Amino acid sequence: MTARIGVVTFPGTLDDRDTQRAVRVAGAEAVPLWHRDKDLKQVDAVVLPGGFSYGDYLRAGAISRFSPVMESVIDQAKAGMPVLGICNGFQVLTETHLLPGAMLRNNHLHFICRDQKLRVETNSTAWTADYEPGQEISIPLKNIDGRYVADERTLDMLEAEGRVAFRYLDVNPNGSLRDIAGITNAAGNVVGLMPHPEHAVEPLIGTGRTDGLGFFTSILKNLVGAR
Amino acid sequence: MARVVVDVMLKPEILDPQGQAVQRALPRLGFQGISDVRQGKRFELEVDGPVDEAALARIHEMAETFLANTVIEDFVVKVEATEGAEGADK
Repeated sequence: MTARIGVVTFPGTLDDRDTQRAVRVAGAEAVPLWHRDKDLKQVDAVVLPGGFSYGDYLRAGAISRFSPVMESVIDQAKAGMPVLGICNGFQVLTETHLLPGAMLRNNHLHFICRDQKLRVETNSTAWTADYEPGQEISIPLKNIDGRYVADERTLDMLEAEGRVAFRYLDVNPNGSLRDIAGITNAAGNVVGLMPHPEHAVEPLIGTGRTDGLGFFTSILKNLVGAR
Repeated sequence: MARVVVDVMLKPEILDPQGQAVQRALPRLGFQGISDVRQGKRFELEVDGPVDEAALARIHEMAETFLANTVIEDFVVKVEATEGAEGADK
């Protein structure tokens, strides 16, 4: 039996199907989860995919954060269940305060859509174990609210605890403080990032590389190994 | 019915590129002498019943948990004079 990985669909989610596919490509079972349903269907991990949930009204992720499914996700994440937030999912995770900081409009005010080079800073998370620390990957980035901000004390804490999980390389695409593209919680089970690993899991599409597949193979090994 | 207004602004130390874009457009449009613009959000809440201490406490809680993200934003709660459609007297 393989691991069951839930993929949440909110109204306005765009990347749930690609995420489900990435989960299957890695060899796990993708379980669709609905925003109004508190039932997590006994999944072993959850991915909050990208998109514009609730039209980004109020703030990106602000309304999704209070949806019924998130009550269960927050409870389970605090109990150690692995959760990955990609793009809008990362925004939801900062709104829940499972991850510190917040996401704001890109400093140049433009929507970005391109391949982005990143450095994986840590493999001590449930979602990055298959990467080498310092490994450089290239995966798509597409957003307008991608600027990561937090106060200096929080940023220093993240750096000191090795919780900056991904950093932008070559160019800072949105004004994110300290080039931060993604972070992890202290336990390493909750990870969020703005770029999209789920769009880079097969050589035929996207970057032509499979640099994003490691997220999904990492979690599969983590879950299957834990049994 | 009474109206309570919640103003939400980015904290002063947070970069506001939208406000900056507005400010930069002003001279071109013939508006001189504005050195800075910050853009925020205003919520107008129509409250059923009296706006007493308990109601304001709930609105404060609403602002703190939902209308504003206090990681990046500050908010102010203000009670506005009622504009009654039927000639309210205050």
